[in-house]
Amino acid sequence: MTRINLTVDGMKVSDDVEPRMLLVQYLREKLGKTGTVVGCDTSNCGACTVHLDGESVKSCNVLAVQADGHDVTTIEGLAKDGRLHPVQEAFRECHGLQCGFCTPGMIMQSIDLLNHNPQPSEQEIRVGLEGNLCRCTGYHNIVRAVQYASGQLVAAAGEAGGVAEEVTPA
Amino acid sequence: MIPAPFDYVAPSSVEEALAALQQHGDDAKILAGGQSLLPVLRMRLNAPELIIDLGRIDSLRGVRDDGDAIVIGAMTPHSVVGADPLVAEHALLVAKAVAHLADAQVRHRGTFGGALAHADPAGDLGGPARALDAQFVIAGPAGTRTVPADDFFVDLFETAISEDEILTEVRIPKHTGWGAHHEKMVRVAHQWPICAVAATARVEGGTIADIAIGLANMGSTPLRARGVEEALRGQPATEDAVRAACGRAAEGANPPSDLNGSAEYRNHVVTVMCRRAVLGAVQGAGA
Amino acid sequence: MTAVEAQPMDTKEIGRDRRRKEDARLITGRTRWTDNLQLNGMLHLAMVRSPFAHARITTIDTRAAEEATGVVAVLTGEDLADTQGACINAWAITTDQVTPAHPPMPVDRVAFAGETVAVVVARSAAEARDAAELVEIDYDELPAALDLKEAAAASAENGGALAHPDLGTNKSAFWRFDSAEAGTGGDVDEAIAQAREDGVVLEREYRQQRLIPAFMEPRSVVVDPTGEQITVWSATQIPHILRFALAATTGVPESKIRVIAPDVGGGFGGKLQQTPEEMIAFAVARRLGKPVKYTETRSESLLSAHHGRDQWQKLTLAATKDGHVTGLKVELLADLGAYVALVGGGVPVLGAFMFNAIYKFPAYQFNCQTVLTNKTWTDAYRGAGRPEATYAVERLMDELAAELGKDPLEVREMNWIKHEEFPFTTVAGLEYDSGNYEAATARAKELFGYDDLRAEQKRRRDSGDPVQLGIGVSTFTEMCGLAPSRVLGQLNYGAGGWEAASVRMLPTGKVEVITGASAHGQGHETAFSQIVADRLGVPFEDVEILHGDTQVVPRGMDTYGSRSLVVGGEALVRAADKVIEKAKPIAAHLLEASIDDLEFKNGRFGVRGTDQGLAIGEIATASFAAHNLPDGVEPGIDADATYDPVNFNFPHGTHLCAMEVDTETGETRMRKYTCVDDIGVIINPLIVSGQVHGGLVQGIAQALWEEAVYDDSGTLVSGTFTDYLLPTAADTISFDIDHTSSPSTTNSLGTKGVGEAGTIASTPAVVNAVVDAVRHLGVDDIQMPCTPERVWKAINTAGSGGETVDAAVPHLSTEEGQA
Repeated sequence: MTRINLTVDGMKVSDDVEPRMLLVQYLREKLGKTGTVVGCDTSNCGACTVHLDGESVKSCNVLAVQADGHDVTTIEGLAKDGRLHPVQEAFRECHGLQCGFCTPGMIMQSIDLLNHNPQPSEQEIRVGLEGNLCRCTGYHNIVRAVQYASGQLVAAAGEAGGVAEEVTPA
Repeated sequence: MIPAPFDYVAPSSVEEALAALQQHGDDAKILAGGQSLLPVLRMRLNAPELIIDLGRIDSLRGVRDDGDAIVIGAMTPHSVVGADPLVAEHALLVAKAVAHLADAQVRHRGTFGGALAHADPAGDLGGPARALDAQFVIAGPAGTRTVPADDFFVDLFETAISEDEILTEVRIPKHTGWGAHHEKMVRVAHQWPICAVAATARVEGGTIADIAIGLANMGSTPLRARGVEEALRGQPATEDAVRAACGRAAEGANPPSDLNGSAEYRNHVVTVMCRRAVLGAVQGAGA
Repeated sequence: MTAVEAQPMDTKEIGRDRRRKEDARLITGRTRWTDNLQLNGMLHLAMVRSPFAHARITTIDTRAAEEATGVVAVLTGEDLADTQGACINAWAITTDQVTPAHPPMPVDRVAFAGETVAVVVARSAAEARDAAELVEIDYDELPAALDLKEAAAASAENGGALAHPDLGTNKSAFWRFDSAEAGTGGDVDEAIAQAREDGVVLEREYRQQRLIPAFMEPRSVVVDPTGEQITVWSATQIPHILRFALAATTGVPESKIRVIAPDVGGGFGGKLQQTPEEMIAFAVARRLGKPVKYTETRSESLLSAHHGRDQWQKLTLAATKDGHVTGLKVELLADLGAYVALVGGGVPVLGAFMFNAIYKFPAYQFNCQTVLTNKTWTDAYRGAGRPEATYAVERLMDELAAELGKDPLEVREMNWIKHEEFPFTTVAGLEYDSGNYEAATARAKELFGYDDLRAEQKRRRDSGDPVQLGIGVSTFTEMCGLAPSRVLGQLNYGAGGWEAASVRMLPTGKVEVITGASAHGQGHETAFSQIVADRLGVPFEDVEILHGDTQVVPRGMDTYGSRSLVVGGEALVRAADKVIEKAKPIAAHLLEASIDDLEFKNGRFGVRGTDQGLAIGEIATASFAAHNLPDGVEPGIDADATYDPVNFNFPHGTHLCAMEVDTETGETRMRKYTCVDDIGVIINPLIVSGQVHGGLVQGIAQALWEEAVYDDSGTLVSGTFTDYLLPTAADTISFDIDHTSSPSTTNSLGTKGVGEAGTIASTPAVVNAVVDAVRHLGVDDIQMPCTPERVWKAINTAGSGGETVDAAVPHLSTEEGQA
């Protein structure tokens, strides 16, 4: 057992963990942060994505002991004072989720993408999300959600085909 | 999904890490960024007794200018390498390859030295390292030695690093003003490439003054396409010349046959990708 | 076009793109996946799985595992033989179907690599996994039936490998439909003979490769035996069917079992199963009297959760020289894998009625042989039988057009059912209620820019561009809304196809709705709320949809086959209507008016000609208090309804795809994808668009990327997400989708199923486009998935590109290095 001290979603935590415990297992099993999920065993799916010191990582690919002394943000730590993070709001607005299993990872990675590139092109969004698999949405509305969060789309209600439309230049 | 149990140390200096390696020998495994090691442990394909985490050794991180070379610390994350201005100026090929490496999360966590030491022949950095004649600085009980890229990659997942040694930094001779292009073929974005070609070239007055080409997944180690390089050195940077020379891209290659393509296919497709990579590089060099 | 009858309600909600109710929890991580559950004293399971495709189990030594830290028990098939129940096949497609017994844990012989042989029970999942490595099992390998065609030909006499040697054959069932015999059309052999003389005969063989549903949430099950009822939480699409199967095969009374499907992370048919893992967990929990949990890894999921597709399709199409199809003969081999799964052999039969698709073929014959092999069992995967059928016929229509030098849309139009011909009884004997193929196709052509892309294609061909452009067409229809119970009975299916619903009017005026459909990402809570809100005239926010728990929802048939809305939604409508009927006499009584003078509008009973009235919520309150009810009227206005559909419904669509093919490398890139689907009345356009997008990518993935590959020893080599290639956002594009609408006449909402539409049509559209791009180079087929190598080989040898090499290079090294 190794003692670790870290901050998770703003809360200081301290635990004895087996060195083999993965960060995602620590979050889920020790802290009850079950919002972060495990979708694969080869780090392809990205469902477990969290932020470590502000940058996206796959929490299945980090040992809990490696997070000692660091700051972790999960999907559960995004909303502040009852207000959703704009990317959370965008996923809801643009129907960027169906079953919702990939969603925590998708949202965390989308935030990271926008942190590095606040006005990404569609192709930059698509490539920026290449480490996250979704089986429900076909990615179409996930891409729209990131565009919406970046202010590049406005919602268009009532359209049968699409959810949100590109902002037309004035 | 759960690794077998192991002990864990996180030394704060290379000396401490070497001492731990010395003490535990084969039973120990070095953890760099962990982006390839942790999947292996989770799948229980390997079960070391001790993990030596280099993550707390600050001296292994960062990119610096060292005269005729730039030096990339082994523990520098890919995302830092990819954004570094020295890399962009003097080793553009590395920046281009890093942009294609895995995904954003893995680039945040995975390290330059870790990926090279892992020596997956399909990895994105082996080809550029060979093309740029990188020098691998390896620390061991007897001190430090430097191994050229041509000797570093020994076989599938095997390098010149001995069991009691640690890769500390990679020196890349400056290729200032060279154009560069990384051509990578994947079926889907998150998989290992069918093959990849890393080309970098210096063009003078419309002539290819110098060129270097590295190949990934065309054998058990990253390769140099020396035949193509020889055929192109001093040649006009035209599409016809490049096309003719790149027919030799698979010379000496021994690619795998797998779910994503047969050896025969790889031997063909590498010639096309080589042409595109070289044309991209010479264009980037101002041809 | 047939119009639906005017609705007796205002449709404020129906047709509105309401944001989903489900999302508030899902986007904040406030989720209840089965694996999230932690119960006091809960034990964890790890499965020990066979590495061999076919082997006799000689010894199992569990001693070392039992000694390991934290281990409570190690159990084998022999230990659980009397209590583990069985995995059932609910649909014997013929009366003489050969169906091997399927114990959840076999006692003496394994029939596929990945089958569970022993289970370790420990205090933690980690300890269970550690101890599982210590279980020592000796096997005697047996010859394995792996290749589908070879397995079909094998017999005890010819010495071919048999998946189950005691059965003496690998052939499970042969199922035929013949339009001449059924009286629904002509004789197909005559049509083919005639066409050989004066028409065109196309003979093709297509491969439907094996796919893996690959839902994002790995399956998980928790069983708690500590109460009077045994509670099972499972990541399943079918809580009700699972409860029945548990009871029917273990002898535990159904009333003692409660099954809950909490948040379920996708299914696509892959969780339409009664799994060995559920049965094992149930048996272990009962034996130990403690709650247990089993959550599979992704690798275990790819290996042991059921696969889909896996057919060889031999097709003979007869047509006149001007392009009128005169007959279609279909001969299928379908790989069942090691066991006949829950629906199993029924999957190809679900396609049997769809090979004639939207067309007026005069003669049709369908033959299917299901075959047992020593591979993972197969069952429903998105579309289940219908994508396979649509692929075959839509590939053939393109081939026919090419053969005749006609535009593929023209050939289709010559053969399809005209909109004025509905309702139309097909050569397969189904009555299509409504449709307008002309309208959908015209809209698709316009959106796609068909003529411009054809012009670009010609330019590229003429200039010898190394990157060629191909345009693929696919239309589709499917029978969805599974299913009229009477039809299921005729097909020998083991259950009915109805759906149940209840509407509970709470004293505060809020509404609880109970549905037997069991959502796993589709958005039932939102769409169903919209339906009920309109029907009862209550606010959308006041409706709560409850589902997925057999104790809350006593009766249900669960979710699959694009049935939830068209069957489950109709049940809701009927239950809501009953509530209104029950409320009416109470309203009349309280308003001191005659029932005949009441009208129900916008959630309010009004007295005609006055401004007097009462809201339905007020009636609920009054009925709860029961202080002043009419004589003989019971308190409560809740109502139940069960709806058994009288017919299927038939969504359709026209899909157009443009693919660029790099002729030097064989790489393909999607340039544009347009689809116009007619799914009748749309409840929520937002949800519908999401269903279409997601369906498209699954279908495109079959065309281009996905394939479950076994090696010669029966090992699944595409056994992780590193080798089973799901596409990412970077591999896909944005789609242009639109809808035309011919309301269904088989349900009162006018809706048609949408869940499978995108998947069914997109696979042939993509392959047609790839083939079209290189047809001028002598290519007339490329086997799926159209890998760069297959495309390149097809160009260079004018063949279909051949089989996948059955090897996966390791990237997860066991070697040295710092990583």
